[in-house]
This record gives sequence, C-alpha cells and structure tokens, in this order.
Amino acid sequence: MADTLRIEGAVTPEGPHGRKPRRALSRRNIMIYGVLLLAAFYYILPLYVMVVTSLKGMPEIRLGNIFSPPVEITFEPWVKAWSEACTGLNCDGLSRGFWNSVLITVPSVLISIAVASINGYALANWRFKGSDVFFTILIVGAFIPYQVMLYPMVIILRELGIYGTLAGLIVVHTVFGMPILTLLFRNYFTSLPEELFKAARVDGAGFWGIYLHIMLPMAVPIMVVAMILQVTGIWNDFLFGVVFTRPDYYPMTVQLNNIVNSVQGVKEYNVNMAATILTGAVPLAVYFFSGRYFVRGIAAGAVKG
Amino acid sequence: MTSSVSIKNLSLDFGAVSVLKTLNLDIEDGEFLVLLGSSGCGKSTLLNCIAGLLEPTAGQIFIKGRNVTWEEPKDRGIGMVFQSYALYPQMTVEKNLSFGLKIAGMDRSEIERRVARAAGILQIEPLLKRKPAELSGGQRQRVAIGRALVRDVDVFLFDEPLSNLDAKLRAELRVELKRLHQSLKNTMIYVTHDQIEALTLADRIAIMKNGVIQQLDAPDVIYNAPRNLFVAGFIGSPSMNFLKGTLVADPGGIAFETNGARFSLAGYRTPATLDAGRPVLLGLRPEHIRVNEEGGAVSHEAIVDIEEPMGADNLLWLKHAGHTLSVRVNGARRFSPGTAVRLSFDMAMASLFDAASEERL
Amino acid sequence: MTNTAPEGRRTGLTRNLAAKIATLPMIATALVVFLGGTIWTVVYSFTNSKLLPKLNFVGLAQYRRLWSTERWLVSVDNLMIYGICMLILSLVIGFVLAALMDQKIRFENVFRTIYLYPFALSFIVTGLVWQWILNPEFGVQKVVRSLGFTDFIFDPLYDQQIVIFGILIAAVWQGTGLIMCIMLAGLRGIDEDIWKAARVDGIPTWKTYVFIIIPMMRPVFITALVLIGSAIVKVYDLVVAQTGGGPGIASEVPAKYVYQVMFTAQNLGQGFAASTMMLIPVIILVIPWAYLEFSGKRRHG
Repeated sequence: MADTLRIEGAVTPEGPHGRKPRRALSRRNIMIYGVLLLAAFYYILPLYVMVVTSLKGMPEIRLGNIFSPPVEITFEPWVKAWSEACTGLNCDGLSRGFWNSVLITVPSVLISIAVASINGYALANWRFKGSDVFFTILIVGAFIPYQVMLYPMVIILRELGIYGTLAGLIVVHTVFGMPILTLLFRNYFTSLPEELFKAARVDGAGFWGIYLHIMLPMAVPIMVVAMILQVTGIWNDFLFGVVFTRPDYYPMTVQLNNIVNSVQGVKEYNVNMAATILTGAVPLAVYFFSGRYFVRGIAAGAVKG
Repeated sequence: MTSSVSIKNLSLDFGAVSVLKTLNLDIEDGEFLVLLGSSGCGKSTLLNCIAGLLEPTAGQIFIKGRNVTWEEPKDRGIGMVFQSYALYPQMTVEKNLSFGLKIAGMDRSEIERRVARAAGILQIEPLLKRKPAELSGGQRQRVAIGRALVRDVDVFLFDEPLSNLDAKLRAELRVELKRLHQSLKNTMIYVTHDQIEALTLADRIAIMKNGVIQQLDAPDVIYNAPRNLFVAGFIGSPSMNFLKGTLVADPGGIAFETNGARFSLAGYRTPATLDAGRPVLLGLRPEHIRVNEEGGAVSHEAIVDIEEPMGADNLLWLKHAGHTLSVRVNGARRFSPGTAVRLSFDMAMASLFDAASEERL
Repeated sequence: MTNTAPEGRRTGLTRNLAAKIATLPMIATALVVFLGGTIWTVVYSFTNSKLLPKLNFVGLAQYRRLWSTERWLVSVDNLMIYGICMLILSLVIGFVLAALMDQKIRFENVFRTIYLYPFALSFIVTGLVWQWILNPEFGVQKVVRSLGFTDFIFDPLYDQQIVIFGILIAAVWQGTGLIMCIMLAGLRGIDEDIWKAARVDGIPTWKTYVFIIIPMMRPVFITALVLIGSAIVKVYDLVVAQTGGGPGIASEVPAKYVYQVMFTAQNLGQGFAASTMMLIPVIILVIPWAYLEFSGKRRHG
C-alpha cells in the first residue's frame, strides 16, 4: 500500500511518459517499408507486364524488353483478342467465351446463393436430427479433391439428362459451391440474436415467413460477400468448364487457355496478354470495387481452396 | 380465482443434463409472477417452454385450461418481451407492431386500431415511423412491450426485459411495468435475476435453482421466512448473516449457541420441535440486529471491523464470537473501526435452518 | 422416463418438416455427391473399367500399375516438392508481411490491395502471365542478358530439373495474399494488453512474436495450414496453363494425371485409383481438423 503511494507520488509531477516521437526515417521504418515495397514490387510486376505487353506491337516485343513501357501504344491486340483470336476450333476471339461465362456465372451465382442461404438458415435456426451430420459431410466434402467426384458427377448429370449443357454446369457450381456458402450463411445467421427468431415465432411466422420477412432483409451484407466469392470463383473456374460442358459452351478461362497455348500459328504475345487481361478483368473489377467486402469474404469463410 | 397458466410435471433434458426437473406451477388469472434465480437455474428455459419456443421432454402446459404443450407459440395466446428487445431492425416501429397481426391475416382497420391503442398506452405515437436503430434503449423496450400488447393476449411473458438498460431507466420502466399491470390486469410471467425487480413487481416470486422451484410465495414471505438456506442467502443485500452452532437447553426454553455466544429462541415461532443438541444455522438479517440500543432479547459484545457508509444507511462489519456480522444502522450513526459495541437481536425475525437438510425449522 | 405428453407432439419425419424439405438439396449433395460419389470412386478403383465403369473387380491391379507408371511417380514427386515449398513459403511470407502490416504503417490499404489482388485472378491467368515473364526468349533471362550478363540463365519452365519451382513462383504470387490477410486478422485479434505487458516486461519484439504471439495464433496457423494443404492437393489449372505438364512430363501433378487418364486416355479404373490416392492426404489432414473445429464449436454453444 505504502509502496504504491510512493511510486504514484514520484511519477505524477513529471511530464508525459510516452515514447519519444519517432523520426520518419528511423532504421526500423526503412526496414519495414523497404520489405513491404519490395514485396509490392513482386506482386504488381505481372500486372504491369501484362498491360505493357498488350499495348505493344509484335516487332517491339521481339526487339525490346518486357519491362519497358510501349514506345507506340496500340489497341489492336485488344481488338484481336476480343474478336479474332483463334482457339484451333474457330477464330471468333474471346467474346464467345466471355458471353458463355456470363451465361454460366449469373444463374450459378443466383441459384447457389439461394440454396446455400436456405441451408444456412435451416442449420442456424431449425436444426433437426441429423442436420449437423449432413453439414459436417458437406464441410469435409469441401476438401475432397474434385477429381474424386468428377466421374460420379458426370454420371449423375447424364442420368438427369443435363450432361454437357449449361444447366448441368449450373448444377455443378451450385453443388461444389455449397459447402463454403452454407458455412458462411450458417455462421452469419447464428450470429444474429436468437431472440429475433423467437419473437418472429411468437408473432406467428413460420419457416418461410421468417426467412423471407426477417432473415433475408438482414442478410444483405453477407449476400454481398457471397456474391463476390461466387462471381470470382465461378468466373475463374477451369476444371468444371472443361469436364462438364461442350466446346460451344466453354467459359472464358478455357477459351483463353486454348488461345494462348494453341500450338498452331505464330505466337502473338501481345494478343495473348490482352486476352489474359480481358479474362482477369471481371474478377479484378469485382475485387477493386468491393474492397473490404472481398477481404471479409475470404477471411470469413476462407475454405474455398 | 381460476388458474391462468398451469404447469404439470414439466421436465426438460438437454442430452444428459436435466434443466427442468418435474416442475409444477399454477399461476392465477391476473397474477404477476416473477421467476427469480441466477443464470443457469432454468428460469428462462421454463419461460421458453411456456412460450412454446422449447419443447419439454415430459409434462404438460395449460393456458386458460387448454392443453397447449405441443402448440405453436402463436396459438397459445401469449405475448413475449425479450431482453435484447428483438425488434426487427429493417421494419419501422409500426411494422414491428403489426407484423404478427398481418401474418395472422387480420384486416387492416383492426390492425390500425390495435397499433394505435398500444402506441397510446405506451406513449410511443411519435416513434411509429422510425426504425429501431433510431430509438433509445428505453424506447425500444417500450416498442417490444407494444408488440406483445397488440396481440391482445391473456398472458404476457417477460424474459429479463430490463437487464439491458442502465440503472436509472431500469427503475423508471419498472414503475411503468407495475402501472401497466395494474391497468391491464393481465397475467404476467416475468423472468429476472434482479431481486429488487422481483420484490417490487411480483405478486408472488418463484425462486429457482438447478431446475427446481425452491420457494413460491409472496415477496414479504420469501424475505422474512425463507424456506431454506439457499433462498435465505439469495434474497437480501447484503446477504443474511449465518451463524453455525447447536441448539442447547436454556432456562428460558431452548437457545442457540455458537462459540460460547448464546441466543435465546423464546421469541422464535416455529411449528417444529426444537431439540437440544441439534446442529443448526441461525440466520439474521443485517437490519434485525441493533447496535447500542435498549431492548431485544439477547445482548452481546462485538467490535467494529469495517464501516461502509452508504448514505441513507451505514453498513457495519462486526467481529462477534468468531464470526463476521453485517449490520445495517441509520446513516447518521457513525462508528470508527475498533470500537466496542453492544448488540441486541430481534429473534422474532430470525430464521433457523437444519444444518444437514438446510431446511427452515 | 415416461412421457406424459398427450398426442399432438410432432415426432419423427414430420417434426420440423419445412426445414427438412428446404434442405433437401443440401442433404442430396452431402449424401449422393460427396459421400456417395467418393465411395463410388473408391469402389470402382478396384475394377478394370476402361471406357465405361464396370464392376469387374481386379483387386489392387490398378494401384500396382499406378505405382509403376513413370508419369504418376513424377507427379507425386512434384506434388511433394511443390507442397513442402508452398507450405513453408506461404506461411513465412504470409506471416512476415502480416507482421509488418501490423506495425501501424501508413498506406496499409494500398499495400493490402496490392498483395491480395492476385488471389482474385484465376490460375489460368496466373499461369499464363508467369509463363510470359519466365519466357527465356523475351522475359527475365533476356532482360538480364541485355544488361551485359550474357551467360545468365533463368529458364525454369524449360528446365526439367527446376520446372516445378517455376510453377511455385506463380503459385506463391497468387496465394500468399490470402494467407497474409488471415494472419493479419489473427494478429489484430490479439489483445493489445498482451503487447503492453510484454513491453513492460522488457521482452524484445522478435521474442514477443516467437514465444508469445505465434503460440497464441495457433488456430489461425491451423486454418492457414488446412487451406494451403487442400489447395496444394488440388493444383491443376496452374500447371495446365503454365507448362501443360512439360517439358516432357517434368511438371505433371496428380490432379492432371487423373484428368488425363480418365478423360483423354479413357482408362477409368486407373483414374479412379489415382484419385483415391489423392484422397489420402486429405483424410490425414482434414478429418482431424474438421472434428476439432466443428464438434468443438458446438460444445461452446
């Protein structure tokens, strides 16, 4: 008791006791920002190379170096990548793949989110005997390499008569997106106060009434996260696109790979890079515009793998 | 009086854990019943069973004489108010109030009439167009009560409705709740862990522990004649003083003795026979011990250890015969530590418990 | 205990019926696709199915053939090297970057945006852009040579010995941002008072990290480990885009092997055996984790 008093007495009359204000260029800061900038350089380099290569003409690429900015900017590679590049099968560019990807992504995102949000809601608020078992299978299933389930899925789709169609691919995306999305929605709905659910039941709302009137309006933030996750995930998919669709329906990623890695003809690196940027543009746009939501999405349910 | 809510042999197990143990409870029409206990005692579980939000493992629940054990919450004729208010955040106050009525398919004019009436009673008319996020805690809880009110039900259930409010607001709303009950005369079942709320609001209090009702009585009975050691210790702040000792024969009849200090039990009324030699606990409330005053059956020496002035009252902690006693005196009377004082005891207000069974004698 | 309840209790299937109907797609997915599909593949890996699946059991013949196939052995070797390097690099780079980001730096959002954007890109895009940068005729090798170092050699994608490291460069680029983000979230979750206490005790910063912070972040590391691990086993598109498995078969990986024998060589039994083998690391890694994570959570409410 006496000790504490003495120390308090000794300390109070003096001035502020915080650290000395740090100089901006201390050794510590140089170290920290040096490493961060070096890393930033490694991460940003490929994007830079993609962009400058796509704006150069082929002669300049052959003579110059891939890091130098274009001497003469040309958009011709972009036009060519979009509408003329050849995949070996046809020569109508990436545009076909782009529209295929749109046709695949939009319904897949909507349906998978609708299904998963209902799952998550049921798991959070209406648990029944066995519901946790199904959920655990689902989560463990998220880690099973797709290769293990590819052929059974082919058989299932064939039995349903939708193998090789857009509908089939939508089912595949809904099925394989289900674990992470269900987890996301389940955790979100679990975090909402249980009393809201109870109040709605006392008010007489049932399973669907509570889902539509109470839960969905409150789930907007998590919906945005799920949308981002699914739009980028489905847009970037390659394996399912190859396995479950016919060449007419190949998504953009598959077509891009076919264009760039096609063995026929002269390699046009500028066109290839333009095509690569075009394919990455949609998820990149989603990423840059969604910012914090994207980070939240991957941090919240980082099980995509 | 008819019984409004009646619970028969109700049990609820979560796996191996038994939360409610063959509980029986009859609540009269228009009664304000408080379920009181610390967290985990089963009081909220019981309320949720009455509401139909939890399914009991065994037993039956009757509301207005109708067996509602397996009915949906909405069909039970109950309204419920929650601790976190549980207002639907995306709806205005008006929509919050009318949501249940719309689901029930009630016609618009009737909904409007009921919302207007509830808003009038609770004086929340100016808030009807606002969203819950724009309301203060007290206003939110008023809306939550309104949501139960519009349902025009017989039984109101309250699940710790004031616990999220600050002390001042809590005291205000407590008075309002009492006024509401006096004017509506509905049956109200109210869960709380706050003994002040229980003592001030209740017609009867049911004190619960480990899924069992320990005592069901009017507040003054619970306070003055606790049925067992748990109830005695739970109610009252500071807690009742407990002295461990034995019953001994005394010229004035039977007496209680601990560490050589003797308390005559001549003034203690009990239907039980008190035999000398029985190990017992004597319970004395802090306000039933007098310091340096004349009168009282027993008189003892004690030393003031610590003094806690609380304004209106002054709480003394005294050393007495190997025990520490808390004593409440008038705030104007001050004692410095170390002072020797004389104590006298109001033995008519004391409680005596069997040391083994902890039941009141 | 006897049930004194009268009739009217919803029991069995009709209890919570709406929820059961609503989750039928989930139940079907869990039981038919994930559980059923996996069992189906394992069962058919013991058959000699070729073009079509047939229940003609041949014991372990497919597995014996698998483990004597050069392409598979190379695939497994590659996966091990790639896996170990990826695991270490991701954890180290991810943690170091996160720790640096946690020093109350300026422009934190800018740095995070830069580190994380590759994760938004597909493996196909990642593979193709790194194929271009590592191209010896035009890329890094040529640039360094043009600076005067004419003997400089850096052509990982064309060298059988090191091609897997070329893929690793791209994979680290694409995936470490995610690990950084998870680690950063973990660091932010640590009570500020821990840092204050360590400072009062005079523990140097690096020691605080090694002996106090990292042990406290064990769950975060486990999550990161599971994420990286399951992504490693699945690696496929990156290889297809960057090297196509070449030069020769030097950068083959198991997932690609499965696709190749199943859909190109139409040797289904062999494909099933290979995919069953891919299941093993997942079982070792994920099942204990899922058990801890999900059965534990329920206990805490």
